[in-house]
Amino acid sequence: MLTVVVVSVIKALIVIGMVLNLAGILGWVERKGSALIQDRIGANRAAIFGFAGAGLVNTLLADPIKFLTKEDVIPRGVDRLLHTLAPCVALFPAIVAFAAVPFGDRLRIGDMVVNLQAVEIDVGVLFLLAMTSLGVYGVVLGGWASNNRLSLLGGIRGSAQMISYELAMGLAVVAVVLTYGSLDFQEIVRRQGHMIGGWIPAWGILYQPLAFLLLLIAGIAETKRAPFDLPEGESEIVSGYFTEYSGIKYLMFFMTDFVEIAVVSAVVTTFFFGGWQVPFLASEGFVFPWGWSVPLPHVVVVLLQVAAYMVKVFIFCCLQVLVRWTMPRLRYDQLMWFGWKVMLPLGLANLVVTALVLLWIQG
Amino acid sequence: MFFLLSVPLVLFSLGVVLARSPVRSALSLVVALFLLAVMFFLLDARMIAALQVIVYAGAIMVLFLFVIMLLNLQHEPVETARPGQRTIAGAFAVVFALVLGAVALRGLPTMPGPGVEVAVTPSFGSVESLAERLFTRHALAFEVTSVLLLGAIVGAVVLARKIPR
Amino acid sequence: MEQSISVLVTFLLVGTLVAIMVSIGWLLGPRTETPAKGEAFECGNPPSGSAWGRFPVKFYMTAIIFIIFDVEVVFLYPWAVLFDRLGWFGFVEMLIFLTVLGVGLLYVWQKGALEWD
Repeated sequence: MLTVVVVSVIKALIVIGMVLNLAGILGWVERKGSALIQDRIGANRAAIFGFAGAGLVNTLLADPIKFLTKEDVIPRGVDRLLHTLAPCVALFPAIVAFAAVPFGDRLRIGDMVVNLQAVEIDVGVLFLLAMTSLGVYGVVLGGWASNNRLSLLGGIRGSAQMISYELAMGLAVVAVVLTYGSLDFQEIVRRQGHMIGGWIPAWGILYQPLAFLLLLIAGIAETKRAPFDLPEGESEIVSGYFTEYSGIKYLMFFMTDFVEIAVVSAVVTTFFFGGWQVPFLASEGFVFPWGWSVPLPHVVVVLLQVAAYMVKVFIFCCLQVLVRWTMPRLRYDQLMWFGWKVMLPLGLANLVVTALVLLWIQG
Repeated sequence: MFFLLSVPLVLFSLGVVLARSPVRSALSLVVALFLLAVMFFLLDARMIAALQVIVYAGAIMVLFLFVIMLLNLQHEPVETARPGQRTIAGAFAVVFALVLGAVALRGLPTMPGPGVEVAVTPSFGSVESLAERLFTRHALAFEVTSVLLLGAIVGAVVLARKIPR
Repeated sequence: MEQSISVLVTFLLVGTLVAIMVSIGWLLGPRTETPAKGEAFECGNPPSGSAWGRFPVKFYMTAIIFIIFDVEVVFLYPWAVLFDRLGWFGFVEMLIFLTVLGVGLLYVWQKGALEWD
């Protein structure tokens, strides 16, 4: 009992540390990435004793400290309680959702088996969807509590957008669940472990390419970033639902964005790119189809898998940053048109086709 | 564990009724539904817990909040109660409480006491067992649900359509 | 039991983290109030009254149609899990379900409830 609790705490702390650091690093990637795309230099001033740490000092230390020591301005006329609550409500489900995704296989320490998944539950997929569906509240509350027209507009836009794309996301997820017949993330990842013909890893992207696109697009829409950044469209409604926020609360909304990016990447990785699976890495070490094999101790294998998961997640985070700085913003009618009249029917069609193919395989 | 959850649950439920601002009232309801989901979860009904959050907290309450915000029911002026309204409401409340109490009292002896482990099958509350029932024995009810939902769609569109001028 | 523990632990830890973050900002930040700071930021214009006003019914429509299709998607999860065993029966069953709701989607589409101008 006690060991279970302790192990859970450690795993949760690992995941929280992982996602917070990832959010910080992404802040830096975003700045430098946008600078690269726009032919600028980007953030280059923060340094400790002349050591800039490739700019990471900036976002991992300087930014949080600066945000923490800023004044938390609460304008007159706002709903103070909800104004304070909104960033918490936004950040909480995002981090918890990330915790539901497994970051590694089972780790054996002595005779104890640790499932490397902070929220180890057999309906993990549903748990994740439940948490993302709660993400709406941060937006809608932030927008409403601020008592500011621009905020409210952003909040309402954001919530309508999020619920619209949640449908397409749900349908894409159903197609994946249908393929693997399980709602358990670990099970889904394990099913992607073998090799097709010994050479190609049996990752979900091969079975569900359309679902991958749908999930990625809907995921980007859920994070409310360009090209779906209407809720916070800087050029029209200042900052949207967090216009009236400053200091740490602003940072929390900001972090929510990055954590949501991480969640989308984690889910895409887990569903379509084998999660923690490393190609040719079996539980005893590397086994290559041309006959070589490199036996590795158990701990190394698990660490390699965790590293693979993190690398994959990071790649998809970078992809989203790239998309955000490449695409122009949609118009609201285009956004709704795309969500309801393209994504939703495509998701349904994908589902029916998947079911038919499965029946055909079963005979 | 149950009591640790039920106390805030009851508090937030009271918050739904007592909060002055409709938005806060709706939010209390969200929290109450969420806590209820956690309870379902602890009772091994994980599927139900997740669906509770997805459908109730994630969808229906969003609609409630939209309605409150769209109509700007910010500070609903408290209607002056009609004479006798309070007494009638009170009477109904008492009757309802009595009925609930009676049912609970009748059911109580058949319930296992606290601390008794109720034997449940391993598949209890699992997605498979739920789906098995839903899609075989209750297949007709399931199909009828779709018609019900269709009716809801049509109703919503009809209600919200622009009145032709 | 282990599942419940892991969920509760995660909820508690993340909740504490979020609470600490909010309160640290409140503790560390300076606080000076000026009349201008207290005003809602509407691009420098003096804010004209409260922002809490009415909104187009379109958003409400979106929300209600979302609920209906969300319920539909919710039915799909258990079906997807059990699809192996249900086979053709399950497929036809779900096809009928989806067709009925597809008609609903077409109706909404035709009525222009999904149009934004």
